[in-house]
Parts: sequence; C-alpha cells; structure tokens
Amino acid sequence: MLQVFHHIGKYFLLLKRVFARPQKWSVYRRQISYEIESIGISSLPIISIISMFMGGIITIQAAFGFTSPWVPLYAVGFTTRESVLLEFSPTVISLILAGKVGSNIASEIGTMRITEQIDALEIMGINSASYLILPKILASVIIFPFLIAISMFLGLLGGYLMGVSSGACTGYEYIYGIQAFFEPWKLYYSFTKVEVFAFIITSVSSYFGYFTTGGALEVGKSSTRAVVYTSILILFFGLIITNLFFNR
Amino acid sequence: MIRIENISKCFGERKVIDNISFEFFKGKTNLIIGESGCGKTVLLKMMVGLLVPDTGNVYYDGVDFHALDEKGKQTVRAKIGMLFQGGALFDSMTVEENVMFPLDMYTDWTKEKKLERVNFCLQRVKLEGRNHLYPAELSGGMKKRCALARAIANNPEYLFCDEPNSGLDPKTSIVIDQLIQDLTREFNMTTIIVTHDMNSVMEIGENIMFIHKGKKWWEGHSNKVLNSGNKELMDFVFASEFLKKVFHTS
Ligand SMILES: Nc1ncnc2c1ncn2[C@@H]1O[C@H](COP(=O)(O)OP(=O)(O)OP(=O)(O)O)[C@@H](O)[C@H]1O
Ligand SMILES: [Mg+2]
Repeated sequence: MLQVFHHIGKYFLLLKRVFARPQKWSVYRRQISYEIESIGISSLPIISIISMFMGGIITIQAAFGFTSPWVPLYAVGFTTRESVLLEFSPTVISLILAGKVGSNIASEIGTMRITEQIDALEIMGINSASYLILPKILASVIIFPFLIAISMFLGLLGGYLMGVSSGACTGYEYIYGIQAFFEPWKLYYSFTKVEVFAFIITSVSSYFGYFTTGGALEVGKSSTRAVVYTSILILFFGLIITNLFFNR
Repeated sequence: MIRIENISKCFGERKVIDNISFEFFKGKTNLIIGESGCGKTVLLKMMVGLLVPDTGNVYYDGVDFHALDEKGKQTVRAKIGMLFQGGALFDSMTVEENVMFPLDMYTDWTKEKKLERVNFCLQRVKLEGRNHLYPAELSGGMKKRCALARAIANNPEYLFCDEPNSGLDPKTSIVIDQLIQDLTREFNMTTIIVTHDMNSVMEIGENIMFIHKGKKWWEGHSNKVLNSGNKELMDFVFASEFLKKVFHTS
C-alpha cells in the first residue's frame, strides 16, 4: 500500500519536471510533429479496422435483441450510435491505444534510460523529462480526439454496412436511428474522457519507462506494467467521469 | 579547472571510491587510470552529478556543483561535453542529427552554419560522409567516434571522456588521443579522460591519477611513471612481460 503512495508521489514529481518551461520551443515543435506521426497517424489502420468491425457487431446484436414488434426498427441505429459514441470509441479504442502506444512509449524511454541516453541529455543540461515526455503528452492530447472521431464515424459506417447488408434494418431507418434523440452534451462527455485517457496513457507509460533500471529484461517489464496500469486507470477514471456527467 | 575534495561512494557495503581529492587542470589532458571495475566511471558520474557522492564536493572553477539547484546545474552542464563509455548516441537520430543536437539546443545558428560545424567535427573524428547513418548501422568504434564528435560539437569548457579509445585500432586510437589533446590546448578546456590504454597514458598523460583499491594511489605526469617506484602503477601500465622488457632495456 505504501508502495502505491510512493509511486503516486514520484509520478507527480516527474510531472512537475515535465511541465517546466521548455528550453527551446523550436526543438519541441519538431518533436511534437514527429510524435503526432508516430503516436497518431500510425495507429489509424488498427483503429479503422477495429471500429468498422465493432460497429457491425453492435448493430447485429442490437437487431437480434429487438425482435418485439413494439420496438421501432430505427432503434437499431439509435443503439449503435449510443454504444459507439458513449463507450466503444472513447474507452475501448483508448484501451487498445494503451496497449499499442503505451507499451511503445515505455519501452522507448526505458531503452533510452538503460543505454544512458537520458543521462546524456541530462549532461547536456537538458531537462530530459520535459524533452522526452512533454511532446508525447501534447501530441496525444492533440491527436487522440481526431482518432476517436474517426473511430466514431467508422463505427457508425460499419453498423450501416452490416445492418443494411444483413437485412436487419433499412438504410433509411438506420440513418434516422443514429440521428434520433441526439444530445450534444454526450459528445462533451466522450471527448472529456478521451482527453483524460490520452493524458493517462502517455504520462503513465512515460513514468514507467523513465524509471526503468537494469537491462533489457526490465524494459520488457516496464512496458508490461505500463499497459496494465494505464488500462486500470482508464477504467477507473472512466467511472469517475461517467459519475460526474450522469449523476447530476 | 575542476577540483574534487574528499569524494567517497559506497554501493551497499562496498566502498568503491574512498576519500579521493584531486585537481584537474585547464588546458591539460587529465587522466584517470585504474584497472577495470575500480570505480573510474563511478567517479566521473559523480563529478557530473549523475551519481551523488556519499561525502565530498566537486568544484567547477570554484563553484560547488552539488550545492547548486537544478537550474544552476543545468547552466554548468551546458558547458560540459561528455563521451559515455557506451556511447549513448540517440538511436532515433542519424549521426548528423546526433552531433547537431547540442547545437540545436544551445545556438541560434542557421542550418548551414550548424551543418558546417557538424561536418567539421565528423571530419576530425574521421567519420566524414557518414552523416546519414543511424547508430545501429555503425561499428563499435564508429559509435565511440560519433559520440566524441557530439561531445565536442558545442566547444565545451569541460570535456569528460570515458574510455575514448577502447574498441579502436592503435592507429585510430592515437588519432583520437591527439585530437582530444589538440582541442584541449586550442580551446583551453579542462579535459578528463578515463582510460586503461597504456599508449594514451604515455602519449597524453599530462596529469595522471591512478586509482587502486578505491584510493588515489599515485598522481603525476607521464614522464614520472617510469621511475615512480610504485609497484602497482608499474604493474598496471606495463601489464605484459613484453612491455616490461622493452622498457627495461631502453
Ligand atoms: N549502480 C551501481 N550499483 C551497484 N554497484 C555499482 C553500480 N555502478 C557501479 N557499481 C560497482 O562499482 C564498481 C566500479 O564500477 P565502474 O563502472 O566505475 O568501473 P570502471 O572503473 O569504470 O571499470 P571499467 O574500466 O571496466 O569501465 C564496480 O565494481 C561495480 O560493480
Ligand atoms: Mg568504466
């Protein structure tokens, strides 16, 4: 238990160093665009595939559930939209990104630690925490909402294709369904989650990478730990944010 | 000039560095020598603040380094160039980007001017034309030389080299030693070299500290090594029977 407080304290001390004033913005700008490429753009293929499939699956399941004649057919589209926008795209995709991006960040920074590259930065008088971690946090906070928006669109598209081709509902009903009873604040809710998750994924993974000691074996352990802890934290904060938005 | 005073360091029960005091002079090539595992790298890391000594102080031209705050340390470190034993090149960057990195951070030069400086440094370490290779594509010795180029890129006031010529052939090794000595004289740097290469010791040892059993065992100029009468030092520098014979007959 004490161990947990030790980690939390160390994490916030690291964040304090991360958010110190950058020494040279031009170098940071270059890093941020590089990270946007490596964190964001490179995740697009996997996000697209998963979103299309999940949208399709949700639609079929919804259609299967609504066999009663009292339920209008546009409920299929409505259900798909609610699931995709509220939970699937923000949370499930974030969990997948925690696996992909989180392990990547932890092992990258961990390797830099054990091969003394971080020491080399420090010796040059550079705030290594800020130089390595800040661009990653900023890049993910900038790019995640776009990734999730794309995922939402593709999820709904996947639902449409699957719903229409399987005959679960007509295209018109589906389109009507995904527009029905739309409440904009739910998008705020979704994107609030996304921003918090983006911050958690990059900062917590960086933390585990940054404090790696030892050799290649420990780098592997750090990256596993990063994925496990970010996943737990994503679900935990998902719960808190949901409470804040829905229990009003 | 860098002065260390009563530096000690333990790892667990083991005392690796035992109460060492020494002065490293400006414009001279200062050597730290000693057998493998005696604590040379540890001493170097304490001097630049990567490790904290248990006791003792490090003074950079009179400034007590370990008493400085983070900002103060950064200011001193901006004037340090360091070559790590393992190179520590940034492996996401090419040779050129690695050497240019300190310039990106600390100068407002134009791209052309930085490139000119990079090429000059690469040429001095005999790596010209290898600008666009990644560290993974370099040999061990090339990594060392690239790391040296990075260490000297921004004309540091203090240059730390942890075994600059391990893994190099004797000829390149001498070129590198000579380069370090030339730069040291030219820019009046305080240069500290860790080595166990006996050629380097005799060629560029202007101010040598020999560490043995965690203590400062001997100090002096290379021309005093031969008649120092210090058995451990002689055993260390002339490890092979062959060398002993050569030096005793001459
Ligand atoms: N982080 C550490 N934790 C525990 N012991 C350490 C640590 N770093 C170094 N040591 C110990 O300190 C001793 C000195 O290590 P150091 O790396 O300074 O040797 P060295 O003189 O540089 O040797 P070499 O010439 O082989 O590089 C070694 O015995 C090593 O086991
Ligand atoms: Mg060493």
